[in-house]
Amino acid sequence: MRTFARGVGELFITLGLLILLFTVYDFYGTGIATSREQGTLSQDLHERWKRPGAKPDTVDPIRIGLGLAVLRIPRFGKGWVKVVVEGVSLADLRKGPGHYPGTSVPGAVGNFAVAGHRATHGNGFFRMNEMRAGDAVVVETRDTWFTYRVTSSELVLPSDVAVLAPVPDHPGVVPTQRMLTLTTCDPWYSATHRLIVHGILESAAPKSAGPPSALAG
Amino acid sequence: MYAWIWRRLPGGLPGKIIGSLLLVAVVSAVLFFYVFPWVEPRLPTSDVTVDTGIGQS
Repeated sequence: MRTFARGVGELFITLGLLILLFTVYDFYGTGIATSREQGTLSQDLHERWKRPGAKPDTVDPIRIGLGLAVLRIPRFGKGWVKVVVEGVSLADLRKGPGHYPGTSVPGAVGNFAVAGHRATHGNGFFRMNEMRAGDAVVVETRDTWFTYRVTSSELVLPSDVAVLAPVPDHPGVVPTQRMLTLTTCDPWYSATHRLIVHGILESAAPKSAGPPSALAG
Repeated sequence: MYAWIWRRLPGGLPGKIIGSLLLVAVVSAVLFFYVFPWVEPRLPTSDVTVDTGIGQS
């Protein structure tokens, strides 16, 4: 009886330790892998950008798993720089924020839609709830700086694909504006809803003109 | 279980301590490199997309 009780006790202690260790992995371990992947993506992207005569990466179709643009969100801090990968499978999103294949490319008429992890895998979109109307989202491609301004955010169900429509929330309508949509999960560590941020293109400037004013200060 | 392992470890007290640490290291490594990466995608914290049916897992 004594041995049995001790066995059960040890089992529970072991389970507790396992769960503790797993949270450590989820918070920090996944981020280590993601930051390594970001390094690789960034190096590869910048090498391809430098290659003379290469087609811009933002011409469809982009190969799944390759970087296509660099995302900066000043609201999240100056150091917040992420390479956007093409694709939104778990494998793609492990590398960083992912561009929904089939949605517009950066700066084009329609909806440039990007999904990213809220918590774990580098906590990329952790502070998405802090985004306010007018906040800048800067997208750097091979030749151009695109500055988007947040117009609205909404909380939707995971099945609500209309947020990705060329005219967000109005599927079937022909787009005339250049929109951006960011999607992530909400609340943190859960998946019951999706937090969606929409933005509209404010300016497009050639890279030679230097970084846009949204990144200054 | 732990007491049983402790009794089985050779080399007196120093040997038992070194042996325990080695066991902990091996078990942690297996967990971090094989078990947790397998479990993690199966948890809902990974779902950040709206379901488009493209490239979705």
